[in-house]
Amino acid sequence: MHSMKEKFNVLTSTAVPLPIENIDTDQIIPARFLKATTREGFGDNLFRDWRYDANNTPIPGFVLNGGTYGGQILVAGKNFGCGSSREHAAWAIYDYGFRAVVSSFFADIFKNNALNNGLLPVVVSDDFLRHLIAVVEKSPATSLTIDLPRQAISAGSRSESFEINAYKKECLLNGYDDIDYLLSLHTAIRAFDLVQAETGSSQHG
Amino acid sequence: MNGAILFYQGRNKLTIVVSRQKPKTIFEKIWDAHVVTQRDGYPDAVFIDRHFIHEVTSPQAFDGLRKRGIPVFNTKRTTATADHNVPTKDQHLPIKEALSRHQVETLRKNCQEFGIELFDLGHPYQGIVHIIGPELGLTLPGMTIVCGDSHTSTHGAFGTVAFGIGTSEVEQVLATQCILQYKPKTMKIEINGALGKGVVSKDIILYIISQLSASGATGYFVEYAGDAIRSLSMEARMTICNMSIEMGARGGLIAPDETTFAYLRGRKFAPSGAALERAIAQWRKLPSDDGAAYDAVLTFDASAIAPMITYGTNPGMGMRVTDRIPTAEELNELNERVSFKKSLEYMGLEAGSRLLGKPVDYVFIGSCTNARIEDLRQVASLVKGKKKAEGVEVWVIPGSKQVEAQARQEGLDKIFEAAGFELRSPGCSACLGMNEDKVPPGKYCISTSNRNFEGRQGPKSRTFLASPLSAAAAAITGKVTDVRQWMDN
Ligand code: SF4
Repeated sequence: MHSMKEKFNVLTSTAVPLPIENIDTDQIIPARFLKATTREGFGDNLFRDWRYDANNTPIPGFVLNGGTYGGQILVAGKNFGCGSSREHAAWAIYDYGFRAVVSSFFADIFKNNALNNGLLPVVVSDDFLRHLIAVVEKSPATSLTIDLPRQAISAGSRSESFEINAYKKECLLNGYDDIDYLLSLHTAIRAFDLVQAETGSSQHG
Repeated sequence: MNGAILFYQGRNKLTIVVSRQKPKTIFEKIWDAHVVTQRDGYPDAVFIDRHFIHEVTSPQAFDGLRKRGIPVFNTKRTTATADHNVPTKDQHLPIKEALSRHQVETLRKNCQEFGIELFDLGHPYQGIVHIIGPELGLTLPGMTIVCGDSHTSTHGAFGTVAFGIGTSEVEQVLATQCILQYKPKTMKIEINGALGKGVVSKDIILYIISQLSASGATGYFVEYAGDAIRSLSMEARMTICNMSIEMGARGGLIAPDETTFAYLRGRKFAPSGAALERAIAQWRKLPSDDGAAYDAVLTFDASAIAPMITYGTNPGMGMRVTDRIPTAEELNELNERVSFKKSLEYMGLEAGSRLLGKPVDYVFIGSCTNARIEDLRQVASLVKGKKKAEGVEVWVIPGSKQVEAQARQEGLDKIFEAAGFELRSPGCSACLGMNEDKVPPGKYCISTSNRNFEGRQGPKSRTFLASPLSAAAAAITGKVTDVRQWMDN
């Protein structure tokens, strides 16, 4: 089977806290950086306008600057990834080095895009999210563990289980992607297409 | 299609089962009729009738096909245009900026290599992807439609299941004409009653989003209903469906009716003659059955809606233009307060203050939300014989070449010119600020587009979302204006 992504199993890492709500994909990667025609290199412009000022100088106090926080887990406020469908947002987060984003709520399209790129969106309760942010802000060296097979996330003595769709879990554990599965349905889809064309769902031209 | 489900079974056998099942919503009818395979524990493989692509979210998808060595599954079901990253001036010249030029050239090459029809710069059908689909009759009731752009929900105005996808999914559709999806929940939003003077469809949707918040419909597919919706033109319906994503919804749709069918007659790629009549007979079966159940139902009264404006940095932060901005203390959640304060700080606005009378620097009339001919006509009727305020820059960016041609034919260009408005060539323009049409740092822009995110219209730009009428009024007075009062004068 064709496999394009790294596999995801158990991730233990320090985390970066970003307790802002409704972080939209325009903040994650502004439109003016979407001109590339490949998937690589977007990490440099992750959170560009929060990270750098107009002269490209790092803005002190932003969590990715100053070296206080680091690691492969981003912990963010509610409704993360809303707005534009740009998959570049997921590519930028992954390219920067994150492998999981934790929030109490994700926008639909972002969640799909993340899963399609081996980036794990972990949905936790509002209460656990507050706990995670408090823990990481208090001691940035704390490691969080995200155990995908067990579907659990833990920080210190507290842990919480999270939901993930069984199919997507299997894809992440094995590094499969959706196209592999869809290509296996080729004959069925071809027949469906013919019937659709006959029953008036017209094609163009 | 009413009560009938197409089941694909085995190799080549297709059975139509007329079910005596429970009543269905229009969404369920369309979805169920497009499921190719259903397997326990797996998402549905949903067949896509129509796929639109553009230069920004497609290049990596074509690369994927090349790497796998596979062709496009059915080239006739995908249509391409260049819109997101094109200049709105001198479109006949080569694009100046190298990266943008490369992106448009890449689209050109990909379309040629894979055999996809492209409405390129200079083509009479070029325009914003969600404007050209409907105006060309490529968008038809009962279809499933996707595009690598979140405002694909626009096409829902025709009674389609249409939604935005990411680039990996663009690749899936190119390769297999299907995507893997879980069936979303359904929500019905009913708006009844008559709209007041100066209140248009943009105000309806901004009002709904302000009530539901930027995430209030996440996980749902919305159906808009009620007599206030039924009385709207197709253009106005598209504005409503367009912004479904701004409350988190997967998409939004409106059942087709006589208004829909009338719009489709004579459209370039729509069926015609007997074929159209046959299609209309089928489309009449699409509306939700009596007694169909929704996961959520909300009802609004149209008379409560006034001209709306946003004050914050997500489309849920909206209010009636005469209201005052809330204070942080009026919000329930502590977390929300922090984000709220950050947002007002970005906007340079005081909590508890009013926006009425606030000076604006730019007026942007454009985007797939409000750049159709009806929008331009509304603006023109309001500004006819008037001039823009000193110091305000006004851009009118038509949604497509056809809209532009129509506007010129109707003489709207003369009205704009006399008012000091600049009518440019079609594209997404300052809706996302990817080309050179950017609002400068710190400046205020009243915009007919759909997003007021930080930096959306250019780094540090500040956006007030409003209707074309409200934007036109602000262009004349140079400040945030209640268009109702202004119309009476
Ligand atoms: S006009 Fe704006 S919202 Fe519409 S397709 Fe273009 S960028 Fe997207």
